[in-house]
Amino acid sequence: MLETHDIEITRGNRRLFGELSLALTPGTLMLVTGSNGSGKTSLLRALCGLLAPSAGEIHWRGENIRVLREEYWKHLVYIGHHNALKGELTASENLAALCALSGLETRDEQRRLALAHFGLADREHLPAKVLSQGQRRRTALARLALTGKLPLWVLDEPLAALDHAAVISAQDIISRHLADGGMVIMTTHQDVRIPAPAVIELDFDRRARH
Amino acid sequence: MTALLRAVIRRDLLLAWRRRSDIATVVLFFVIVVSIFPFGVGPEPDLLRTIGPGIIWVAALLACMLSLQQMFASDYTDGVLDQMLLAAAPLGLIVIARTFAHWLISGLPLVILSPLLAIQFDLPAELSPVLTLSLLLGTPVLTLIGAIGAALTLGLRGGGMLLALLVLPLYVPVLILGAGAVDAAAAGLGSEAHLLLLAAQLVLTGAFAPWAIAAGLRISAE
Repeated sequence: MLETHDIEITRGNRRLFGELSLALTPGTLMLVTGSNGSGKTSLLRALCGLLAPSAGEIHWRGENIRVLREEYWKHLVYIGHHNALKGELTASENLAALCALSGLETRDEQRRLALAHFGLADREHLPAKVLSQGQRRRTALARLALTGKLPLWVLDEPLAALDHAAVISAQDIISRHLADGGMVIMTTHQDVRIPAPAVIELDFDRRARH
Repeated sequence: MTALLRAVIRRDLLLAWRRRSDIATVVLFFVIVVSIFPFGVGPEPDLLRTIGPGIIWVAALLACMLSLQQMFASDYTDGVLDQMLLAAAPLGLIVIARTFAHWLISGLPLVILSPLLAIQFDLPAELSPVLTLSLLLGTPVLTLIGAIGAALTLGLRGGGMLLALLVLPLYVPVLILGAGAVDAAAAGLGSEAHLLLLAAQLVLTGAFAPWAIAAGLRISAE
């Protein structure tokens, strides 16, 4: 489904990594680890198509994502470092706006359930700016409960700033997506125990030593 | 697709409503800049009638530019811009929706207020609709051209000043035609030619600027 062919990523004049070839099939969880600044976020942004690799190509169902563009993006959910929430909008309005960009129309009830899954049951009408850092992260992740139909999830440190209960909710939703034949690419610093049909581990620190 | 674009416009209008003070700043800036000119040049009615349309146009142009700095800035810092770049619809269309929403918020109020401000300059009643119409055709062009600059200067240090340097020269043709329409009508020559050229500019920028803005946003996000 998603394949990279010898991609190389350069930021400024620093080469982060090169000759990276991967293939993700339905049900694959790809865990990206490595120290800060090793290129995890850059790899994720490249896989989304936000960043052009300096060499190599990324293919989705056999076609280059730079040619596919929206045809690729309508199958993709990207949750980056930033939560992409507007402080003036409520948690529910933020979710509606983000899902709309993915081409999904959501009902109030669906969004309420998604927020409830992440323990924000009575917070849906509060402006995002009054939520704590962890609650904002949970709101951003609640989007995953609404975007199960989109096969590819790219998550940049989804578990950072979350408490134990929220980590369980997030892992639960990710493992369900994988069991349904979805694909998840995520970076993490934590020890992740997510059951998955197939797992690819990519450790940038180990790559750098070789 | 239309649902997506409707959602983008609705989000922008909702955000603008929750940040009403930002709109008020732009509108008050426009009113104040226009209002201080008579204090500077003196209350001579003939002089005011002559310079009035030009001053209202220059003030609208500056107010438009003031509002542009905010157009993509917060979306850039909080990560929403990335989500727009990865949306299920072509970025060019999303940009059209956003510039339209931005014009509704920051351009339309100026157009609506202009007949009121024209009274300050003792503009004859029959010229006031010409001024309003010229602004109605011209301010969307200002928003579209300005948004190209805003997209290109995203995330740059001192982006605001750079935006002004980049965009103001490009505003000159719009200004000449806009203020010129009122002057031509005042001279009894008819304003149709100016207004038609302004409309042509709107069609042209409407067709090409969104793709330039989209390209600018992709470059800024890399």
